[in-house]
Amino acid sequence: MTANSHDDAFVVFDRVQKSYDGEILVVKDLNLQIAKGEFLTMLGPSGSGKTTCLMMLAGFETATSGDIRLGGSPINNIPPHKRGIGMVFQNYALFPHMTVGENLAFPLEVRKMGKSEREAKVKRALDMVQMGEFAGRRPAQLSGGQQQRIALARALVFDAELVLMDEPLGALDKQLREHMQFEIKHIHENLGITVVYVTHDQSEALTMSDRIAVFNDGVIQQLAPPEDLYERPENSFCAQFIGENNTLMGTVESVSDGVAAITLDDGAKVRGLAVNCGGPGSRTTMSLRPERVYVGGEEGLVTTEAEVKELIYLGDHIRCRMHVHGNDEFVVKVPNAAGHTHLQVGEKTMISWETADCRALDA
Amino acid sequence: MANTADSSQQIAHSAPVTGPVLGNDGRPLKASLAKSLRRQKLRALGLIAPLLIFVLLTFIAPIADMLFRSVENNIVGDVLPRTVVALKDWDATTGELPDNATFKAMALDLKEAVEDKSHTRLGSRLNYEQSGISSLFRQTGRKVKRLDVEETTDFVAAFEKMNKKWVDVENWQTIKAFSGRFTDGYFLAAADLTKGPEGVERVPENQQIYYTLLLRTLKMSMIITISCILLGYPIAFLLATLPLRTSNLLLILVLLPFWTSLLVRTSAWKVLLQQQGVINDTLVWLGVVADNARLELINNQTGTIIAMTHILLPFMILPLFSVMKTIPPSYVRAAKSLGANDWTAFWRVYFPQSVPGIGAGSILCFILSIGYYITPEIVGGTKGVFISNRIAYHISSSLNWGLAAALGTLLLVVVLGLYWLYDKFVGIDNVKLG
Repeated sequence: MTANSHDDAFVVFDRVQKSYDGEILVVKDLNLQIAKGEFLTMLGPSGSGKTTCLMMLAGFETATSGDIRLGGSPINNIPPHKRGIGMVFQNYALFPHMTVGENLAFPLEVRKMGKSEREAKVKRALDMVQMGEFAGRRPAQLSGGQQQRIALARALVFDAELVLMDEPLGALDKQLREHMQFEIKHIHENLGITVVYVTHDQSEALTMSDRIAVFNDGVIQQLAPPEDLYERPENSFCAQFIGENNTLMGTVESVSDGVAAITLDDGAKVRGLAVNCGGPGSRTTMSLRPERVYVGGEEGLVTTEAEVKELIYLGDHIRCRMHVHGNDEFVVKVPNAAGHTHLQVGEKTMISWETADCRALDA
Repeated sequence: MANTADSSQQIAHSAPVTGPVLGNDGRPLKASLAKSLRRQKLRALGLIAPLLIFVLLTFIAPIADMLFRSVENNIVGDVLPRTVVALKDWDATTGELPDNATFKAMALDLKEAVEDKSHTRLGSRLNYEQSGISSLFRQTGRKVKRLDVEETTDFVAAFEKMNKKWVDVENWQTIKAFSGRFTDGYFLAAADLTKGPEGVERVPENQQIYYTLLLRTLKMSMIITISCILLGYPIAFLLATLPLRTSNLLLILVLLPFWTSLLVRTSAWKVLLQQQGVINDTLVWLGVVADNARLELINNQTGTIIAMTHILLPFMILPLFSVMKTIPPSYVRAAKSLGANDWTAFWRVYFPQSVPGIGAGSILCFILSIGYYITPEIVGGTKGVFISNRIAYHISSSLNWGLAAALGTLLLVVVLGLYWLYDKFVGIDNVKLG
């Protein structure tokens, strides 16, 4: 966190803290650099401080301490309307008493832009979201997806370099949401704008982002590209929060060459990648993705025994709930490949995994 | 939108079916539906029946009766049946007295009327139209008892002997003009018009009061409503934006005036506003006004406006508050993020959405103040009273109920007219109480 890296970044949170009541810190010591043109997602459960961060960046909340910089200059004391940041709100916040065209013209009007230029820009923005024919409608006459597009167009129409989005797709149905995710991603790529996106939907975050900041309890738990976040979670919160995850609780016996030998709570001994587990004697949570567990013992892998509790047929794979060393909710995905192992409920079998796929994290 | 589209589709579907749709028992579906709903409808009617009957008996019926009184004029025909018939052929415009037969009819009518003293009631009724006619009837009533109808031949002379006013054509013109079963006299009086022998004419300028009063009522109600908007809007805004606990406390303060009697509040204004009152004393003590030039704040229009604004303020604040409560803060935030400064965000985005609240509050305040009468009576003096004070006067003091009813009807028509104008220009669906 040198001064240099601050200058490179487009948006900088420097030791930012936020408290509403002077007793509880909602955001604790936030340091975050966002590069120009980046799509950064703030992901986390509700109450984790992600929306507060977004609101501080937009200027609707003031940081209790620390600096927020935009393009190199501090913006703590600049009112929201002078920051030139586009924003898409959760409920779209389209002005109900104005038509779609007037909504889009609003940011241009307050910037005292001439009429012909205004009309050209509104038209271009509407065409960009394929809503060119709707300029005369009122927001209430549009569907949720259409309102979403208009809100997006309005945030972009005044050529903001930074666009904030606060759970913009939360109110849409699944299909439309997925479609809009791609559309937003394409707009981001085409315009080269910087986007800070807040969501609690992990699949949305994985689909769209260049980097994801996982928030919990006012702290960024991990800041990484989607792949890293899923495959290499650095702590048990991220492992649990992103994707499906199996956990085994145990105590570290020894650590050598980055591999930890661990005694599980029922006495079984396994090995796992020592990521964030502390030295011998400390408690650890072993994290293991369901798709990285194989049924049957195999040479060179960590092998242990398991009992089948429940089988759910899902077409492309069979979801198998197992009892593994005290964990009743251990899930294994058995691919529905030709000649795959047919398991029975109550059957005892061996399961195995690569040492590198089992990550020993903080307890 | 979606609903209409759906229903139109349904219509389109059912259109090809010829004849009524039949249920599985072979009866028309509509009839079966009506039958199954009848029970529910009857029960619903039963539930609202007590209130409906109460309102009909104690509210609608008296109002209808009151409105009817503004045109009803049975008394002349009832008390002077023969005279009315005889006067039919008399031409009031010639300036000549009616013939002897008419006087005879009058004598017969009066003799009967004296029995149940209805001639005095007739006298006071006609006195509204022609002053002095009341005493004429009372005096004649006493004397007519001694008049022998069988013996007398020259009734004109006999009446002239009883009271010289009987040979005054004007009185007869009045009797003829108001001899119908219905009259527009009360309405004409309410509009400062009168019925002369040559038709409708304006009353002399020094007697024109109702037109002035109506204009004053409308003008002051407008001023009071606007003051309520100006004073109430910031408070409602504050209430709607503050955290719930604080805003609830403030809301109680807004509602506090409702907990004290209207008379107490109005009397308090008397104490505050009079020339030796708290406000004037304070201003003199501060040296803002000289002791011999104390402000006249009461017993005039200023007093009425101040006191009424205070009393009607909650009726403006509450609808405003409940409308503002429904405006999500994200609208103003969106406006600011789009580059609007505080004022532009308020004026272009927040204010237009609070207009329905202003509409609802204004209608409430305006209609309430147009019919208000206690407060203007106490603090208004003579220059600050409303038309409703005049209505109250005619109902309880002068007992000219017909005129009171006509004034009331006129007020109702004006209010309905304003309501129509409001609907035309602002739109009544633009009114929201929350």
